[in-house]
Amino acid sequence: MRLEYFEMIDRVTELDRETKRIEVRSTVPMESPVFEGHFPGHPLVPGVLLTETMAQASGYLVLGLMDFTHMPFLMAVDKARFRTFVGPGTVLTVSAQLEHEGSGYAVTKAKIAVEGKAICDAELRFRIMPFPPGMDDLMRAQGRRIGLLETTDA
Amino acid sequence: MSSTYETVAGIISDTADIPRDQITPDSHAIEDLGIDSLAFLDIAFAIDKAFGIKLPLEQWTQEVNEGKAPAEEYFVLKNLVAHIDALIAAKKA
Repeated sequence: MRLEYFEMIDRVTELDRETKRIEVRSTVPMESPVFEGHFPGHPLVPGVLLTETMAQASGYLVLGLMDFTHMPFLMAVDKARFRTFVGPGTVLTVSAQLEHEGSGYAVTKAKIAVEGKAICDAELRFRIMPFPPGMDDLMRAQGRRIGLLETTDA
Repeated sequence: MSSTYETVAGIISDTADIPRDQITPDSHAIEDLGIDSLAFLDIAFAIDKAFGIKLPLEQWTQEVNEGKAPAEEYFVLKNLVAHIDALIAAKKA
C-alpha cells in the first residue's frame, strides 16, 4: 500500500467470474506521513483509508467483470463497521462480492480480514460510467501492476 | 392504488426521507419531490431488490436525453409504477 498515493491494493490474488468475487492482498507500510497525525506515537490506519481499500477492491472487481469497458465511481458507503485497529506492517486480505449489478450502478459487499479475523466490512455502491477520455489505458496499466489483468486473462 | 405503488412510495419515503403523505401517484420524482440523481439510484437499487427486476435506467436516461421520451414518462410515479409492473410481468412470462 502507498497510503499517501491512495494506491491501496498490492496484488489481486483471485478473481472469480462465476461467483463474482475478488480477493486482494495489501500490506500496510511500516512508515507513512499519515501515521504522523493518526495518531502521534500510536500509528493506526484511518477508517476512511480502510473504506477506500474496500472500495478499490470492489472497483477492480467491477472493472475485471466488465473487462475494463466502464469505470466504477464510489457513490455510497453503507453499514460500515470497523472492528479492530490496524497498525503498520499488517497484511490485509481484502475481499469483495458483487451483490447487485444494476443499470448504470453496482453494489458490492466488501470486507478486510487479518489472518482470518474480521477487521471491517461495508456495503458499497458505485456509479458505472464510460471512462473519461484517456483514463481507460491508465486503469489498465494499474490493473497490470496489481495482477488484475493476468487474473482476468486466465 | 396498487401494491406496487404502495411499495414504491414507501421506498421513496424511506430512502429520500420524504413524508409519505407528500408522495402521490402524480408526483414527479425530481420536480415535485426534489430527488437528485444519487438518491434516485438508491431508490432504483431498493426497487430492483424489492421486485427482483433491473430498472433500465441507462436506456431511460438515453431516451430522455435524445428527446425520444419525456422525463415524465419515467419520473412521474404512476408512470414509473406502470413500467415496474411491466418489468415484473415480463419476468414472470
